[in-house]
Amino acid sequence: MSGNTVNPAYITAGNDGRDARAASRLRRIDRLGDGLLFGLCALASLLGAVVLVMVAYQMIHGASPSISKFGLGFLVHTTWQPNFNVYGAGTLIFGTVVSSFVALAIGAPIAISIGLFLSLLAPSGVRGVISPLVEMLAAIPSVILGFWGILILAPFVQSTLEPWLHDWFGFIPLFGPPQTTGASVFTASLILTIMIIPIVASISRDLFLAVPREMQEGASALGATRWEVVRGIVLPTTASGVTAASLLGLGRALGEAIAVTQVIGAGSRINASLFETGDTLAARIANQFPGAITQMHIASLYYLGVILLVIGLVSNLLAQWIGRRFDYARVAK
Amino acid sequence: MSQAGFDPTAPLTASGNLRRRRVVSRVAEGGATAAAVAAVAVLGIVTYTVVARGAKAISLDFLFTGEPTGIGPAILGTGLIVLLATAIAMPIGVLTAIYLTEFSGSRVSGFVRSTLDLMNGLPSIIVGLFLFVLLVKPTQTLSGFAGALALAIIELPLIARGSQEVLLLVPNSLREASDALGVSRWRSVLTVILPTALGGIVTSTVLAVARAAGETAPLLLLTPAPVGTSFNFNIFEELPSIPFTIFTLSEEANPEGFTRAWGCSLVLLSAILFASLAARALLARSRARMTR
Amino acid sequence: MSAGFDSFEGGSSPVPGRVRIQSGPIVGPAGASGSASRELGLEPVFEAREVSVYYGRKRALAAVNLRIPRNRITALIGPSGCGKTTFLRSLNRMNDSVPSFRIEGQILYHGHDMYASNVDRVEVRRRIGMVFQKPNPFAKSIYDNIAWAPRNLGMRHGLDERVEEALRGAALWDEVKDRLKDSALGLSGGQQQRLCIARAIAIEPDVLLLDEPASALDPIATASIEDLMHSLKGRFTIVIVTHNMQQAARVADRTAFFSLDSSHGEPSGTLIEFADTEKIFGQPDDPRTRDYVSGRFG
Repeated sequence: MSGNTVNPAYITAGNDGRDARAASRLRRIDRLGDGLLFGLCALASLLGAVVLVMVAYQMIHGASPSISKFGLGFLVHTTWQPNFNVYGAGTLIFGTVVSSFVALAIGAPIAISIGLFLSLLAPSGVRGVISPLVEMLAAIPSVILGFWGILILAPFVQSTLEPWLHDWFGFIPLFGPPQTTGASVFTASLILTIMIIPIVASISRDLFLAVPREMQEGASALGATRWEVVRGIVLPTTASGVTAASLLGLGRALGEAIAVTQVIGAGSRINASLFETGDTLAARIANQFPGAITQMHIASLYYLGVILLVIGLVSNLLAQWIGRRFDYARVAK
Repeated sequence: MSQAGFDPTAPLTASGNLRRRRVVSRVAEGGATAAAVAAVAVLGIVTYTVVARGAKAISLDFLFTGEPTGIGPAILGTGLIVLLATAIAMPIGVLTAIYLTEFSGSRVSGFVRSTLDLMNGLPSIIVGLFLFVLLVKPTQTLSGFAGALALAIIELPLIARGSQEVLLLVPNSLREASDALGVSRWRSVLTVILPTALGGIVTSTVLAVARAAGETAPLLLLTPAPVGTSFNFNIFEELPSIPFTIFTLSEEANPEGFTRAWGCSLVLLSAILFASLAARALLARSRARMTR
Repeated sequence: MSAGFDSFEGGSSPVPGRVRIQSGPIVGPAGASGSASRELGLEPVFEAREVSVYYGRKRALAAVNLRIPRNRITALIGPSGCGKTTFLRSLNRMNDSVPSFRIEGQILYHGHDMYASNVDRVEVRRRIGMVFQKPNPFAKSIYDNIAWAPRNLGMRHGLDERVEEALRGAALWDEVKDRLKDSALGLSGGQQQRLCIARAIAIEPDVLLLDEPASALDPIATASIEDLMHSLKGRFTIVIVTHNMQQAARVADRTAFFSLDSSHGEPSGTLIEFADTEKIFGQPDDPRTRDYVSGRFG
């Protein structure tokens, strides 16, 4: 509205120009106010980018002693011995990847099923009750989930689940003999599954609700069962979005430090069996940073942070990129 | 085309392969229902455990005194840290949201939104490490202030996103009317648009607070204080906090500590769940009101 | 009743140039008077007996009695909101998805009560196909749009021929034969609607229901749809809802005129008159019909 300033006649007519001066002062205040608002808003918006850059810089800066000593080999070496000043992230990268992907493998199908239930199966009253409940699952703080994991889930896993899985599927190295405490990569994966599910389920539900009704009606009118409509129309149309949602869930799992460190047992070796202890990048940082003293120890923990940051940023960017590509025009079988 | 393999005059029950397809469809429906039931069941089990085991520990003594029996200072600490974090994050978040809805073109807003998403995806332990290097190392002090800054970084994208969604719901007719009356941008925003969106902004903030209040990792690195016996109001010192207390107690092998930890969990979980449910209900209502 | 022919599951003789065998008189163009005689020897496909439809408390249709003849085109005309589409969608149970839907009376399909408790909805829709007002192609290739439902039904042999037949039947084959793998969403509105018709006839339904198929299309596309109607006539029983009286007059053998009627309380849709098309448009019995077709209202 600021800009052209033609005085309306009623301002210049009559009095001694006091109104005109007041009007132009008002316009100046307005221009100032507009500019100030814009400036503040722009500054605020830039802050996010600034913080991200600073985070990246500080991580790399803090890790530099370790990076210069160990280089990229850090990523594959598996010895982590503070006493001997030897550090390697191999075990931790392995543990991070395994626990997160197991959690995704279990959690994504369950979450997608929940999304289908909430969007296509449940009457709107049921949806109105169960949707918030599923979202409440995401609201549980990770430390409480981890604590529950230690005292309730881990013993159950150790006494019931792991022996059962070992008995039936023990020929697969993944399902080795259970440990004594239930603190294992598997338990951590289960906790991570609980964290992933609400994220993926909520987004999937919204995606499925957005599939045009006419398309689904058209499919029904051709004598297709509900499942066939889902498999042939709903899922292919939303595939990109669901993938992006899963990646977001994966990112959540990759970065979780507290709940994982509570139940994973801080193991230091790479094992084939899920039922052994293990460790992840985030959990090790949480575990050892408060007590780290030597410069190389601290720097190596920062190095872990750098790796974690890279993995987290990549999966988030991937999720954003995939999510932006609209599926509706895609030719799907 | 030759006659398809069905007799149109036959009764209208499943013919051909329909019976099998029906079974498959029913199984799929059953699976989806089971998944939803399982999720709700897990929520129920965790909540029940927290309530059942934590209720024993709750008492006025527990809530309002310090060690050895109470967690009062931790409640205070969390309150102060979260308050400061929100006081920092909320204005910045709202200003960002205003920028996204009122000012920016689509390319810039795409960039800003992407940045917010990245911030949202930052592991909280990294945020903790960042602030450690930035604040704790140079000053050689652990403090609740550093913790508050970390939580502010965590809250910011949530407040910005939530506020943006609410601001987008403000009908354009309001903006146009304001423009037509010759009201300047900043006045419109301050006196017309923001008040309309205020309810939604507040509830988005509450949801962000609910998320940040449960974060432990930054507090572990930046303000790992035990509950202590006295109530500390100085945010520039290390402050105890509820999530950190739960964490410490959970890692010790002490059954009495466990009971206190359950009590702590009950306090934290009930506050968070209550705030989340209330905020979502209010958000849904204000959305419905604005899109009517 | 058509003679039994190769059962399609496992049938291995998909041959172009197949001919649909049917008993009963071969259909000719809607001709001279003598409407009742045309139905001798042919039982109706649908018989609606005192059918009333309610959405919650509101009565959308009141006491409709109608017999839809075999292998003819029956048009349902009338002003907006008088229940034509409601009636049409009741014929393949598409109204079931509306929670407040309630139906009274009976709709018989080849003598079977369509709303009996043992009726399988999916089976109903397999036999009674529908084309909607707004074209709704799937986000798939042209080929897959047509092949999807036959695949579900287990018709995996001769899919290519089936797709081609369906596209020819919908007068679309020449336009798309070189780009079957392209996305269906890239077609024009008229082409998309013909694709939807091809999709519906690909599974060889018994009945085709068309809900204002040309109303969302431009006049040229509309003309192509109408030509299609003529060529489909005789292969399927067709029921078409249309706002366009000229279209009904051009295309239909029998026409049903619906309108709002307040004689039983609040206004609801009712069947006013049902007769041969020439009669409805020439010498209708009911004055309301006369008013409508002469353009005096609606």
